[in-house]
Amino acid sequence: MSEQLIVPTMAEMMAEGKTPDILFWVGSAGSYDDRAKKITKAFVKILNKANVNFAVLGTEESATGDLAKRSGNEFLFQMQAIMNIEVLNGYEVKKIVTCDPHSFNCLKNEYPGLGGKYEVLHHTQFIKELINTKQLEIKDSDYKGKRITFHDPCYLGRANSEYEAPRDVLNTLNATLLEMKRSKSTALCCGAGGAQMFKEPEKGDKDINELRTEDALKTNPDIIATGCPYCMTMMSDGVKVKEKENEIKVMDVAELIASSQNL
Amino acid sequence: MNYLPNILFAIILIAGIGFFAKNIQKLFRNIKLGKDKEINDNKPQRWKNMAMIALGQSKMVKRPVSGFFHIIVYVGFVIINIEVLEIIIDGLFGTHRIGHQILPESVYGFLIGTFEILATLVFIAVVIFWIRRNVIKLKRFMSAEMKGWPKNDGNFILYFEMVLMTLFLVMNATDSSFQAANSGNIISQFISPLFGDNLETLHIIERAAWWLHITGILVFLNYLYYSKHLHILLAFPNTYFGKLTPKGQFPNNDVVTKEVMLMMDPDADPYAAPAETDTEEVPAKFGASDVQDLSWLNLLNAYSCTECGRCTSECPANLTGKKLSPRKIMMDTRDRLEEVGKNIDANKGVFVDDGKQLLNDYITPEELWACTSCNACVEACPISIDPLNIIMEMRSYLVMEESAAPMELNNMMTNIENNGAPWPYNQMDRLNWKDE
Repeated sequence: MSEQLIVPTMAEMMAEGKTPDILFWVGSAGSYDDRAKKITKAFVKILNKANVNFAVLGTEESATGDLAKRSGNEFLFQMQAIMNIEVLNGYEVKKIVTCDPHSFNCLKNEYPGLGGKYEVLHHTQFIKELINTKQLEIKDSDYKGKRITFHDPCYLGRANSEYEAPRDVLNTLNATLLEMKRSKSTALCCGAGGAQMFKEPEKGDKDINELRTEDALKTNPDIIATGCPYCMTMMSDGVKVKEKENEIKVMDVAELIASSQNL
Repeated sequence: MNYLPNILFAIILIAGIGFFAKNIQKLFRNIKLGKDKEINDNKPQRWKNMAMIALGQSKMVKRPVSGFFHIIVYVGFVIINIEVLEIIIDGLFGTHRIGHQILPESVYGFLIGTFEILATLVFIAVVIFWIRRNVIKLKRFMSAEMKGWPKNDGNFILYFEMVLMTLFLVMNATDSSFQAANSGNIISQFISPLFGDNLETLHIIERAAWWLHITGILVFLNYLYYSKHLHILLAFPNTYFGKLTPKGQFPNNDVVTKEVMLMMDPDADPYAAPAETDTEEVPAKFGASDVQDLSWLNLLNAYSCTECGRCTSECPANLTGKKLSPRKIMMDTRDRLEEVGKNIDANKGVFVDDGKQLLNDYITPEELWACTSCNACVEACPISIDPLNIIMEMRSYLVMEESAAPMELNNMMTNIENNGAPWPYNQMDRLNWKDE
């Protein structure tokens, strides 16, 4: 477990005259948020295990600007986007993978119009690709028979119509996959989107993450799986509010895959 | 021969259609108050969307119960209106059931029989809709924005339809020659005995039902403009012009791009005179605080909304008791647009500032900031309305014109500006996770 992670930066690769196949966009949450950093590391373990030729931008990466755009600050968004695009195009990046659906949506859909055209994948899509091409082999796992329910991140699901990749990956664990009543295109938001993560909610009778956690609890799960660092925070908090944190774990799809293979 | 009924009919028909045409003109004028937005890409996909979503009702049936009854009313409404053609010809030329005279007995019987069955099904479906609104009181019809006119409007439409269907069946039931032919009177034959067998009485009732039926249709046609029921027409253009890009893709503002590019260009001369083409441009206002700042598509959306509330019933903010309701966003936009339109009419074609706007007077910042941008409302709409786009445009105005974001968001954005992350961490620490 304490094996050293191999995380080359674009600058290092370039200095050595190497070109990575894919850029791993870590994102702000994945870089700084303590819980999300674990997802980042789990995903890197998978990349290392599958011998993926990747690199990160490291200190040259900056916020995508997605949060600014959703807050209504188009100016700040475009400043961030154009600076990032300059860096990405400078390194001639062609393909990007990220664990954050918000970065995924922003890079994939909103950067092209500003001159940043890349093939962008969510990490669940990339892991699925690795499994399909046999670069990553899923051997028997501890999760066999465990009850897992997947919470669709809005910016992966409804925003980009990707419902199957995370489920296909989870299915390789031989676990029992349970669907919440509201799932896929009718999934309920965790409450973090649209920059809500960074502000107090408006007055209401309940917090959104609590309602969504109730949806999840109704499936009587052992694990709530997610594919987004913000959903991770909201669902983890929701489980704590319901005092279920000892029985139910909230885990990212990448963490489930990495831990199932003892990476 | 007495031509009075023919003349009266022609007058009613021309007045009905003329008044409707005038209102439609006003509708176009109001929609055009919105900002230009060019939508002429991917026409095959747009036609397909219109065929599937509006004509084919593909999103209505996502909720099977209301979807099923809606299809009955929709199909019934469209097909029964073929009968109006006969009524118009009869009315103008003084004929009686022209179809009966020129079509083979079996064909005419089949047509009217179909109409009668559909009219009965529509009547039943409409009664069920009424029960859902007034007896079962489904939650989505009971929200705060559904008090007063919106509630009455919903019921008026149902009463209109009940009355029109009843008149159609009564008209057939009391038509003694039609009943005597005994073809196509599938339903009306059972209603016929209720009216006795006095030929003169029957004739008076038949004529009354006939006149009330066609007048009712014309009144209903003209009611549309004042009602949420406009969706029966506008659902078609609305689904055609609906968004084709992924739901998560929000448009980039070109004016901002120009400014940012200029700022980032090391060779740009900050004191340079603006280029020739820029001189005519009005200084850009970012985002939207009133209906004129929204696009014409936003405004078409507002007129198309039939206030079904599927959006609001899926909205995470609304489900947890926040003030935001995507349906209210659409209703407010339309109400304000109507107000602006009336202002223009009253002031000889020019809008005179009335000290009001969509923001604050209709939609509050509290509603706007409650949105998670999750797209549940957009997904739920059976006719491709996008309330989220309006919410985002208004947030843009609040932030870029008024600097009125919630304090926590301002802090978050300051962090992004200073250190490239929403938290106050040093950009140089961005890769620290690797060794932790």
